[in-house]
Amino acid sequence: MVVNQRMLHCEQVWREVSNYIDRDVDAALRSSMEEHFRTCKRCASVLAGTRNVIQLYGDERLLEVPAGFSRRLEKRLTKDAAVKGSRWSSWAAWLVPVAAIALIAGGLKLANTFTFRNLIKSQHALPANNIPPDLVVVVSSGSKIFHVPGCRFIHDKASERTLTAKQAMQEGYFPCTRCLRQYLKTGLTRHQGAAVADSGSVEEEEESEEVLSLAGR
Amino acid sequence: MSEPSVVLNNPGQSGAHEQELILSVQRGQNELFYELVRPYERRVYAAALAILRNEQDAEDAAQEAMLKAFANIRQFRAEARFSTWLIQITVNEALMRRRRERTVVMEGIEHGRDEESEYAPREFADWREIPSEALERKEVRQRLAEALGTLDRKYREVFVLRDMEHLNIQETAEALGISVASVKTRLLRARLMLRDLLAAGWEQGWFSRLPFEKGTKPW
Repeated sequence: MVVNQRMLHCEQVWREVSNYIDRDVDAALRSSMEEHFRTCKRCASVLAGTRNVIQLYGDERLLEVPAGFSRRLEKRLTKDAAVKGSRWSSWAAWLVPVAAIALIAGGLKLANTFTFRNLIKSQHALPANNIPPDLVVVVSSGSKIFHVPGCRFIHDKASERTLTAKQAMQEGYFPCTRCLRQYLKTGLTRHQGAAVADSGSVEEEEESEEVLSLAGR
Repeated sequence: MSEPSVVLNNPGQSGAHEQELILSVQRGQNELFYELVRPYERRVYAAALAILRNEQDAEDAAQEAMLKAFANIRQFRAEARFSTWLIQITVNEALMRRRRERTVVMEGIEHGRDEESEYAPREFADWREIPSEALERKEVRQRLAEALGTLDRKYREVFVLRDMEHLNIQETAEALGISVASVKTRLLRARLMLRDLLAAGWEQGWFSRLPFEKGTKPW
């Protein structure tokens, strides 16, 4: 049905004025409204005032932010999203977990090394460097100490097992402070005796490596 | 930067430059993100403020929304407008915050009115166009903001998204999770109410220092 512009009431115009401005009314209604605005001052003022509202509020200048807003936003983005200052961040994003794993793994390994070395150190280890690697020693199931065969401090002699000092240390045994005292006491200055005698021809550096690898186990 | 007239209706980057920025950020040039969103920071804040009505909350929500946009930048598709996408994220964030707070404080009075009931304009004064220089005056901007602040939430939100953020009707409906019909109804009411409020403001001298001709007023 064609809307008769003469029958268009002001109330109908007000109801549609917003859609009219948004060009969201059909052609017939549009022309009826246009006609109405020409003849009705009140509705014309409603239309004009509404348009004015839209124009005023549509202005960017009305979008004000509190003082310091931009600075705080940038800071937050930088802090929480690594948004700025890092061309790194794109590849660092995957690098971080990798690095973390490497660090943890490395750290654990180092910690192990140090712990073990310190442990040995605290008990008898520095001097243990001087125990000849192929010295025949015995261990028993009762403790984590290795002894010279016949040492009277061997617990549970029935379970004795014979092996070399190197093997014993690799298996985590510590030297007895009694029967192996002679090697332990002389620790800081490399004992010139049995300790190095067997490997006398070996270069100092290689010797150190050997000792390190023993201690590091 | 851009001409003021461009800023008026199309705040933000020129399309091609913006597309480049988006692609670069999507490819991992994170440091360009702030450059990408900076032209929209005021719109983002205004959207959050329309919903939360508290400056501090709005700022928090705006920051959070930007971070979410950054985190999801790869999901942005070129067929959408970036500004609209950003505003929608902001609206979601703000609505979520309000829902969270609402469990404590009920905003009861805003449910009191029937949006379907007719709203008749009250002011029928002759129209004079307000010069846009009026907006240079802080007082005028403040008056406009205050008038907006007196609207009920449902009208204010629709009005801000549609007329200040320049979302279309459909986008506004989607952002707020309401029907297109509701957006139109609320928008009409909001526009008419603001018109009346500002006309009343005129009577109270808000715009008295504006260079209108004697005996005329803008509404």
